[in-house]
Amino acid sequence: MSEFISPRNLASSLEARAKHPEYVPIAGGTDHMVASKDRGAPAGMINLFGLSELSEVSELEGGGLRIGACVTYARVLDDERVASRFPVLSSACREVGASQIQARGTLGGNIATSSPVGDSLPALLALGATICVASVDGERRIPYEEFLLGYRKVDLAGNELIVAIEVPVQHKGAVQTWRKVGTRRAQSISKLTMAAVAHLDDGKIAGIRIALGAVADRTVRAKAAEAALLGQSPNDESATRAIKALAGEIVPIDDVRSNADYRLGVAQNLVRRFVLSL
Amino acid sequence: MVHSSKSGEEVTAKGSVSQSSVGKGLPRVDGDAKVRGTARYVDDLKLPNMHHGMTKRSAVPHGILKGIHKRDGFDWSQVVVVTAEDIPGRNTIVLIEEDQPALVAIGAPIRHHDEAVALVAAPSRELAHEALTHLELEVEEMPAVFTCEDALEAKVKVYGDDNILKTYLIEKGEGDIDAKLAACDHVIEGLYRTQAQEQMYIEPQGMIASWDEGRCHIVGSMQCPFYIQKAMCTLLGLDAEHLVVEQAVTGGGFGGKEEYPSMIAGHAALLAREAGVPVKLIYERDEDIAATTKRHPSVVRHRMGFDADGTIRAIDVDVLFDGGAYQTLTQVVLSRGVLHAAGPYKCENTRVRGRAAATNTPPHGAFRGFGAPQTTFAYERQTQKAAKLLGMSPFAFRELNMLRDGDSTATSQILEGSVGSEAVLSAVKEVAEAYALPADDENSSVRHGRGISFYFHGAGFTGSGEARLAGRATVALAVDGHFEVRSSSTDIGQGVQTMFTQIAATALGVEPDVVRVPSPATDRVPDSGPTVASRTCMVVGRVVNQASTALRERIEAWARENGFGDMPLRQAATAMAKVEGEIAETVQYAPPAGIVWDDEMYTGSAYPCYGWAACMVDVKVDLDTYEVTIDRCVHAVDVGKAINPVVVKGQIEGGTLQSLGWALWEDVIYHDGKVANDRMTNCIVPTFSDAPEMHTIIVEEPFASGPYGAKGVGEIPMDGPCVAAVGAVEDALSSLARSEGFDVLPVSPEAIQRAMRLES
Repeated sequence: MSEFISPRNLASSLEARAKHPEYVPIAGGTDHMVASKDRGAPAGMINLFGLSELSEVSELEGGGLRIGACVTYARVLDDERVASRFPVLSSACREVGASQIQARGTLGGNIATSSPVGDSLPALLALGATICVASVDGERRIPYEEFLLGYRKVDLAGNELIVAIEVPVQHKGAVQTWRKVGTRRAQSISKLTMAAVAHLDDGKIAGIRIALGAVADRTVRAKAAEAALLGQSPNDESATRAIKALAGEIVPIDDVRSNADYRLGVAQNLVRRFVLSL
Repeated sequence: MVHSSKSGEEVTAKGSVSQSSVGKGLPRVDGDAKVRGTARYVDDLKLPNMHHGMTKRSAVPHGILKGIHKRDGFDWSQVVVVTAEDIPGRNTIVLIEEDQPALVAIGAPIRHHDEAVALVAAPSRELAHEALTHLELEVEEMPAVFTCEDALEAKVKVYGDDNILKTYLIEKGEGDIDAKLAACDHVIEGLYRTQAQEQMYIEPQGMIASWDEGRCHIVGSMQCPFYIQKAMCTLLGLDAEHLVVEQAVTGGGFGGKEEYPSMIAGHAALLAREAGVPVKLIYERDEDIAATTKRHPSVVRHRMGFDADGTIRAIDVDVLFDGGAYQTLTQVVLSRGVLHAAGPYKCENTRVRGRAAATNTPPHGAFRGFGAPQTTFAYERQTQKAAKLLGMSPFAFRELNMLRDGDSTATSQILEGSVGSEAVLSAVKEVAEAYALPADDENSSVRHGRGISFYFHGAGFTGSGEARLAGRATVALAVDGHFEVRSSSTDIGQGVQTMFTQIAATALGVEPDVVRVPSPATDRVPDSGPTVASRTCMVVGRVVNQASTALRERIEAWARENGFGDMPLRQAATAMAKVEGEIAETVQYAPPAGIVWDDEMYTGSAYPCYGWAACMVDVKVDLDTYEVTIDRCVHAVDVGKAINPVVVKGQIEGGTLQSLGWALWEDVIYHDGKVANDRMTNCIVPTFSDAPEMHTIIVEEPFASGPYGAKGVGEIPMDGPCVAAVGAVEDALSSLARSEGFDVLPVSPEAIQRAMRLES
């Protein structure tokens, strides 16, 4: 039997983490439960679900929000501030699994697992989120893009826990779009996801972030496509240049859910559709 | 729901129509226990000292088993291991043939991935699992064949010298079919491919076996207790007296629990015999998906010739099914496939050839529709193309050619009564005219489309099958004054217990709450035949009706003789039971007169009657993601008589979604003969969120030999919605995609993308 620790607060969670770096931290446990069938039980688990310090959504100066790592998808969906300021994140959370998973799964857990198909991840990347991690030695703040290191690999030391996600205020008038392409309408692992945020200035694209899931070993920004669009008018020509650039920067694969051709083609279609919607 | 009732309600002897529960939406008698969670499925059952069994499976698709080795590092005294050597009877799972072993013997061939080789039982699942990981198979791998087309070349031999499991030929009309086709104004030829489909019952398969003084008792999840009994007698070398098979509450079957449960029951019995304690053997979901039977993949070549006005003149069909590694039910599935392959259309010149080939994949077997969905897909794609070519409405083309009362089928069966072809098609046409498809905006990212299909499904066993089965059922007056319906028909979620309750209560003239329908056990019920082939209501329901009527007459006679003539039947029965004890009436099925079937020539009455159905599906296709949304599904089905319209509607709508899933999403992906998507997360079936608005129309063209006019309903909803959906996707993308792209299932977003690329 593996040990299951449920610390009462963040401080004792960090102590437990420092003492047992080989234990698996559990936020909602939804990924872990599935994985344990293949990988067996870990040496131990540190249960963080429900810790009040990790379950709050609070205001940041200037209109951003700090979302605790153990805030569930269901809580995100209930939060009107998220819905009005970061609709791309609400939309992503609405399409995770189904009600049961949304009630138990958390943003922190999604980030820590860092599956290339994690549904909230492209939204956080497109919003320019910052990840806050803590250990008994103190707190670090890392831009989400830098936090992602590889396939299911994030910049988290053995004694650290993800404690919060800070989402900055977006440009006034920015357009936010979310698309999940799943295997079906609910209870679906994504074939492809896209989150995009952009704003115009005087008819030209003045800022744009396009994030894609399931087209590489991790959730990625489409930097080349963004570069092809920045400073351009959103039209057929700029969209065509952007999707050509996109083909050179993503590396989708064939698997049991879909194939590389489809993933590339659909990613291009969705980016084009987004550009033309601006 | 439009409910167009045409059959008259039968009046009971007491003349009390108000007492008839037939035709009413009585709540499911098994519903309360299932909703409350008190229903006991096999995994809920525990016997004293029960051990847990697990199965060691092959990890290659084809090879010779050279040895089974117990590795060091494990205390083997804690567990029981069973191999082919421990089988007391014959090492086979008997159904039609004896080609499939219960366990692969050393020196014998392994013919598919995940084939059972050895068994272990231990006091806990964890220990059994650990033992499995220490059990090593020594195998000499051999080249394998994975598609039925490759299997025809017989470079790799899986079955006999040519891999052919079965062939059929149906011919109608004089002369050469090629010449007949050549003489037609138009000929449409198509090659159609369909994929394997997983039944995905909610409850995985499982059994518990226990032995008591040489008597073996099996309880578990199943459709056909007597199939298991027969297979087990051969395997264990016992007579039927010493083998009792009992159904536990069963969470869905869809055909998947027709033949495979014999394998699990056999394994559990062998383990329990060796261990000396009861053994429970429950499959994990991934094991269930990897090892058990699925719908046969098919390749169907269809040629249809017709006049300039649309009249069909010649049909030639070549049907090829992938049977998998063993015969199981393949030849019967293929039979139904070829018997439906010409479609519900008049045609004087028809040839249907059928073949099934063996491959190194787990055997394909029974699945709702049983071969008909594959050939229905082919002939209705052909009909869709023909109507389009001629510029005819899909309704007009079918009205011109459809079989009607008095017409002759491909096997020269003259249809006599209960032909709902016109009624179902016109019911759907009426709705089609009421709802127009939304107009598409060129700049929009979606396109709308509509597809129509029209089809039939033979009810009951093929040809003389029902006469051979001679199914029986008993209706008894128990000593407590209740009535009991005893049959081997299993309720697998489709509502058998409720339906029999209504039939018996109506025939007896009593309230439904004094009728019980217990789950079958082979020592307590007569053999009514298997719970398959859309036969339970039509065939066994008829016998239940007759037995109930006989019992009622006997009670009435007793009441008259004993001076209780004026007493309501229920009270008279209670009085009689007190005096006489239990009394029971058993009736054996007698097929309707005039059923003549030639099994050699494949001509005559293939089925006693047919269900008829028409379907309309409206879709929208997203041009960015190629995803299909089904907006509406209108489905009219002629069921003869809906004994319980709510249950019937549930059957139709469940089958409809299963058919739509097969069309658009469902696939079983094999990598070198091993199922690669063995989880519910990647073996995709639709959820409620994927289900369309359903408009279900029950049509009732009564069948004279069915109870209250009822005929089969279980399978027909699976046959046709699929091809209507595919036609709708093609219609939505009419100028944007290549038609042949829609001749292969599933029409997934990836397939739609390819079809659109072919065109551009």
